[in-house]
Amino acid sequence: SGHSKDGLCTGSSRRDQVIFWRAVASIAWSVLLLPPTTALYVVLSRFSLFHPLQWLTGKRTLKNVIYSQNIAIFSFILLCGVVLLVGFFNLEYYSVVPSIACSKIALLGHVLHPRQFFHSLVHCIMGVVVAWCCAVTIGGRYQALGYPCMKDESGPQMCLNENHLVLLLAGAFVGYSHSLLGLVHNMNYISFHTVQQYKYLCFKGTLPLVMRASAVQALYSLRNFLALYFFMGYVPRAWVCRTLDLQVDSSVYSLDCVSGLLDLSLLYQLWISASFLLFTWYITVLLFRIFVTEAYSFPVQPTFQEDAHQCLPEVITGKQPTILKFLALQDLARLSNHCPSRRQEVFSLSQPGGHPLTWTAVNRECLSLLSDLTERLVSHHDNVASNGRTNRSWVLFPPPGGSRSWVLAHVHHPLTSSLMSIIPSRLPSCPSSPHVFPHVHHPLTSSLTSSLMSLTSLTSSLTSRCGPWPICFMMSDWVLFSLQLPEASSQALFADSQAHIWALEGLSHLVAASYSEDQYGVVQTTLPSILSAMLMLQEAVDRHFKLPHASSKPGRSSFSMGDSSYKTLRFALRATLKTSIYRITATFGEHLNAVQMSSEHRKRLQNFLEYKE
Amino acid sequence: MMCSLALFPPPLPGDGETSHYYSKDEFTTDPSVWFEESHALNLYFPRESLKPHSRPESSSKAAFRDHCETLYTRSAGAWRDAGLSGLLNEIANSSAEVPKWLGVSSRCVLALLQWVSSFHGSLFPHLTLSSEEMTAEFSQVLDWSDCAVRGFAWHPHTQKCAVALLDDSIKIYNPKSSTSPTLKHRLQRSVAALQWKPLCASDLAVACHNCLLVWHVDPTSLSTRPSSGCAQVLSHPGHSPVTSVAWSPSGSLLVSASPRDTAMLVWDVAVESCVPLHRVGGGGVTHISWSPDGSRLMAATPSSLFRVWETRMWTCERWPSLKGRCQSGCWSPDGSRLLFTVQGETVIYALTFTDTPGLPLGMSGGPKAATVVADLSETSLDTPDGDTMVGGEIQSLAWDPRGERLAVLLKGDAGAGRPAMIAVFKTQINPAFKLLPCGFVQGEPGTEPRLMQFNPNFRHGAQLTVCWSNGKITHVAFYFMSARVPQPGVGGSPPLPISQGRPADYVNQTLYTELIS
Repeated sequence: SGHSKDGLCTGSSRRDQVIFWRAVASIAWSVLLLPPTTALYVVLSRFSLFHPLQWLTGKRTLKNVIYSQNIAIFSFILLCGVVLLVGFFNLEYYSVVPSIACSKIALLGHVLHPRQFFHSLVHCIMGVVVAWCCAVTIGGRYQALGYPCMKDESGPQMCLNENHLVLLLAGAFVGYSHSLLGLVHNMNYISFHTVQQYKYLCFKGTLPLVMRASAVQALYSLRNFLALYFFMGYVPRAWVCRTLDLQVDSSVYSLDCVSGLLDLSLLYQLWISASFLLFTWYITVLLFRIFVTEAYSFPVQPTFQEDAHQCLPEVITGKQPTILKFLALQDLARLSNHCPSRRQEVFSLSQPGGHPLTWTAVNRECLSLLSDLTERLVSHHDNVASNGRTNRSWVLFPPPGGSRSWVLAHVHHPLTSSLMSIIPSRLPSCPSSPHVFPHVHHPLTSSLTSSLMSLTSLTSSLTSRCGPWPICFMMSDWVLFSLQLPEASSQALFADSQAHIWALEGLSHLVAASYSEDQYGVVQTTLPSILSAMLMLQEAVDRHFKLPHASSKPGRSSFSMGDSSYKTLRFALRATLKTSIYRITATFGEHLNAVQMSSEHRKRLQNFLEYKE
Repeated sequence: MMCSLALFPPPLPGDGETSHYYSKDEFTTDPSVWFEESHALNLYFPRESLKPHSRPESSSKAAFRDHCETLYTRSAGAWRDAGLSGLLNEIANSSAEVPKWLGVSSRCVLALLQWVSSFHGSLFPHLTLSSEEMTAEFSQVLDWSDCAVRGFAWHPHTQKCAVALLDDSIKIYNPKSSTSPTLKHRLQRSVAALQWKPLCASDLAVACHNCLLVWHVDPTSLSTRPSSGCAQVLSHPGHSPVTSVAWSPSGSLLVSASPRDTAMLVWDVAVESCVPLHRVGGGGVTHISWSPDGSRLMAATPSSLFRVWETRMWTCERWPSLKGRCQSGCWSPDGSRLLFTVQGETVIYALTFTDTPGLPLGMSGGPKAATVVADLSETSLDTPDGDTMVGGEIQSLAWDPRGERLAVLLKGDAGAGRPAMIAVFKTQINPAFKLLPCGFVQGEPGTEPRLMQFNPNFRHGAQLTVCWSNGKITHVAFYFMSARVPQPGVGGSPPLPISQGRPADYVNQTLYTELIS
């Protein structure tokens, strides 16, 4: 037992290495892509409409060149550091199961979460760093924070260069809003594509979209930033002046007025810098996604006994990390569809003993996944049916990452005004899939309600004071409108359904192939259980789609880096389930009448055989 | 072995000789053809009863009187209707109202735009066509714009078919059900192709003017007019008109193609997301065809190039240096052979893919060059009425799901006295690929075949469904014992004779016929 435990440990660490090395490769590529991106940025930032020749030839003095070379190298090293850090954050924060907030207050809970706060803070700082590099690269009037100026009485002094300050603050704001929007749009969620392409082609195909997304997102962020700076610009300016002992040059217009902000050159530089910042970060995210989701081929049977933990049946049944399980299920779906030789290995018998160990393990895990989902759907349906939609309900979801278990809960009173509670609590171990616990009357509720009231008043006072701050928007939204995000509970139920889709595809393809390829009849013995699991799930899914909001499609969002495919996973699951059952019925046809099953299932199956579903 | 039309038995004259080969609609010379007298799905859509869709709003301008609007309103309208070029045109045309520099600069920009677009158009001439013309040009239907039946699709698993008509409606027929639903949708215009989703009872993909519709027609529903809520609209900027649509045989993916879009779109229909597959060259994608085993996909372009995609990692093989563009293509049931035809040529080419699909780098072991397998150049055949000219360019190909019959729709040429007709070949895939002449399928006098498809659910052989120019849809059955699945006790198939040479040989051919009524 000690030996096997040892093997498991090394095995899991070696499996983790797969993801780790993929992440390292993606970060290395994003660092390699930094020089061309920076070069492009330098060219664009020097662009001037009225002096095209000067722009092309770059007429500058020798002194400037030597000075800027040193500082350019330094700022480039800084940029590399930022990209490395962003890559590290990607690796640390990614998840294959999206975290879905069921109400706006839960979303707020996510935002105020320390982990997310840390993420935002670091991105804010990195935004400042990138903006500083940009300012140095642009040079000219953006070069430094202070400049010597003459005041009337007291001789030469250092004055504040507000252009530089605006650039830095814009960087901070864009960095923060990147982090915040990343949370709201689930940018940490990694989805697997149905169409597998080689990494280069995939990257090439997505690159224009990323460029557009970063340019558009930079525009929006800039709009918000300028509005904020217009109202609150004097606060950071005064603070910087006080701390660094800089003077405000009264001969220059301050920028927090309409005429100051309508400086086209400044706007262009801000926009191009924000685009550059977002583009480098988006590229890092994109490369990480492409590298991590690349199909991985697990051996079906071990060549040596020591490698047993690395092969498909072991990884599929393993619990941690979730992404490996997903990769293994993806591999199962692909091998069952495309690879006759590997299918043959699944159907084969173990050498001493003659047991279909591989098939049994694969089958058991897939069926348990399906029955899990069925159970979840049935309990959710019962909950809704017994309570109605307005009664109080507690919903607990694991956050991204699975193991780090912060649990959010909310309660909804229809009669009184809406009272929400956020109860961050650490559970020792949280299962990797979302679970719904009906009717948990948490003892903390009453005690927390009062504290929440104070939170509410705090936020509303914040709303009145701080103007267009995203959270304030959200809070005022919350105060004024309903708190429930109607589709979210349905989305949350199917959050990890990609695994179920692969399990269904893998099972149905294997069963269909077994009709002609399974020499020992290992599949036949399990056919009744597979069919009944699928039919039960089919029934549960049908019932779920009769609930309000379950079958409403989310509006198509314009492209952003956030992946919204989790919003439609339930439709994909429904389609795959039907196709899978049809695949089995189309292959076996009338032979299915010989399979043992309940009369209700037989009736349903007959519908499938007659193509009436 | 080269097969040529000269080896074919000549088509019979208009009035059939023996009732055995005669049905009220068609004549054929293939002794193995037998018509069921009353097929439940013999349909008739007279051309006169169908009203083509009225032209879009832009052309209704002429019906209204000119009305004075401010320049701003007109410019906004032009921008909305015709985009940048419309706006520039409007400004350039109203030189009295705009400052001189604006008028001049807009004229300059307009001239530059026209020059660029004409340059682009000279590279890819098809881009100068209007959307309707483009659909007509690249559709698999002969004379699409004037055809009463614009599309036809058999359900892959049950006796059910969908018919797209000239008035942009789609009707679904099922002999077991008394209702035949009619599908209409605001966006369902100029239907170029339609296909049922495999391994599904209800989903039908329709290639429309500027989008892709996926209808969910509940087979148990009694409604005759499903609401447009039953249709999923899949659209993508720049992807219009859609001329071809193909479901993967496993039912998981849908591929759509447009001659204006260089990218082929691979849709995950349930999620409504698509992955564009861009490749340089070709200028668009006109026709796509998925191999029955799902491992490969043929994509024809408007220029002399087509691609064969491998569907595991979605890499493609280019097949350039054709004389014209690839007009049509079809796969053998095992996915090992691709037959295709080229516009301007009268031959059928074959590509053989020998590797087992699914190995890494699936394109290795692919063919190096296409071989000519059949020559369909013009020939005159002796008929009791005198010589008849047959042959010419090929509009489309269809291979029956068992791989025993190949139907070739010949374009014909009314001026040269060559009617469009369907030539049918017998085919054999294993152990060696063979094509043998079988016969012609002709319609009533004065009618031409426009569209054909084999019925995938015909038990006793192959059944070719033909849509005729007069709006009739009929079914020609070829009864045979499948060579692949020999059934004991019915005599079996005699060895196929290989006819080489003399045209008169067809008389002596032992055509394996097994008539099952």
